[in-house]
Amino acid sequence: MTLPLFGPGQDPGPSFFELLRRTGLRPPIEAGTDVTQVSHGTTIVAIRYTEGVVMAGDRRATEGYSIAHRAIEKVYPADRHSGVSIAGAAGFAVEMVRLFQTELEMYEKLEGAALSLEGKANKLGQMVRANLGMAMEGLAVVPIYAGYDLRRRMGRIFKYDITGGRYEEDQFHATGSGGRDARTTIKLGYRDGMGRADAIELAIEALYQAADEDAATGGPDVVRGIYPTVATIAAEGFVRVGDEEVAERFRTLIGRKSAEGQTR
Amino acid sequence: MTMPFGYVSPEQAMKDRADFARKNVAKGRPLVALVYEGGVLLCAENPSRTLHKVSEIYDRIAFAGVGRYAEFDGLRTAGVRMAEIRGYQYAREDVDARSLANAYGQHLNQIFTHEMKPLEVEILVAEVGYEPGGDQLFHILYDGAVVDESRFSVLGGDADAISERLQATFLEGMTRDAAMKAAVGALAGPERRLAATELEVAVLDRGNGRRAFRRIDQAEVAEFVGG
Repeated sequence: MTLPLFGPGQDPGPSFFELLRRTGLRPPIEAGTDVTQVSHGTTIVAIRYTEGVVMAGDRRATEGYSIAHRAIEKVYPADRHSGVSIAGAAGFAVEMVRLFQTELEMYEKLEGAALSLEGKANKLGQMVRANLGMAMEGLAVVPIYAGYDLRRRMGRIFKYDITGGRYEEDQFHATGSGGRDARTTIKLGYRDGMGRADAIELAIEALYQAADEDAATGGPDVVRGIYPTVATIAAEGFVRVGDEEVAERFRTLIGRKSAEGQTR
Repeated sequence: MTMPFGYVSPEQAMKDRADFARKNVAKGRPLVALVYEGGVLLCAENPSRTLHKVSEIYDRIAFAGVGRYAEFDGLRTAGVRMAEIRGYQYAREDVDARSLANAYGQHLNQIFTHEMKPLEVEILVAEVGYEPGGDQLFHILYDGAVVDESRFSVLGGDADAISERLQATFLEGMTRDAAMKAAVGALAGPERRLAATELEVAVLDRGNGRRAFRRIDQAEVAEFVGG
């Protein structure tokens, strides 16, 4: 491999996305795919709490009516102080996350300073928009971007539509096939000034309820020990909540529901 | 045999270019890199806090350059891009200093032999290994020569004297503080004292997680050199 060098006027600047385009390394994707044969990831949630944001996602990927993967990851660190979670066509989504992570890190290295949280959110919007053609074929990728804004000292959540439209939510958001059920659950349990523990518990309850109503959302898998991914993002950065803690919270939740004999 | 007017023999042309580049590189303030127990320490004489001589290329790879800033910064940018493309196309662990050093060598050699003016730079590509003993230093000269060094590297003006001083103080498996002391002592020499504001220090630290590169801020350097 030789050094990628550019003359003035051809230089792609600090953008990795643009660099791939200039070097001809971004292959075009064939249209006309059978959508049911493509893996889809489902429910993801983000909730703001006093010190930051909690992000969570179930672990199931589906191909039509069958389960494609039981332990897929949908919540990723984007950089030290932000995370991105994905719903939609899994292949594109995972690729978009890698591209986005590289984009942020390369910008930081070339420019010597990281982008603002707002700048990162806008960049992700452009990447979602670049996928619009595929989205129209049924292969949409809809991320949630959340992070700790080091300038404003608070957690922030951004949601997207398939055209790359970017909207900030000041409390919570959930999307994917079980997103509606998750949102309702969060709406009922959300209070201003929640702490970390309460926010994690609410996220877990939301995913539980989404899995209860939506076939494509995976619930806690006690047999295999697979639980949703949960992460917090606050001043200290992106921190994955340990599987043990998540499992324990699910055990408590299931215990409570069984004891109450709840059917809802 | 008659020579056309203005003829310069290839030997003479190459010698002139080499002299030109060497002379201008030697004018630049020097920089040292040395291996210590926890990774690689890079220490440059640099009064600027924003125009860096030492910087991050990739997870385990750092770059350092002396000479003309615009030229070595262009090389740094190309290196970051090459590493990112490779890591994206294959995997992060497939990005290594050796292939990057070779690409730099090819490019510098190409310019040295085919262009009017060689690049007036000398650069270093350092990689921290997963285990002690696996660290690598590639020193690349203005003509594209790649030199592989295992203990320390000295770039820029007064390199021979600094190397000699470092040779005397360098020990295998030094602590970071000892390495910093050796680096600053070698750069300063017996007659000078360098202040923290004149130094740029960074490490590739094996224990720093995925991104090993970390700048040592001026307060920490000041604590060490005393002001």
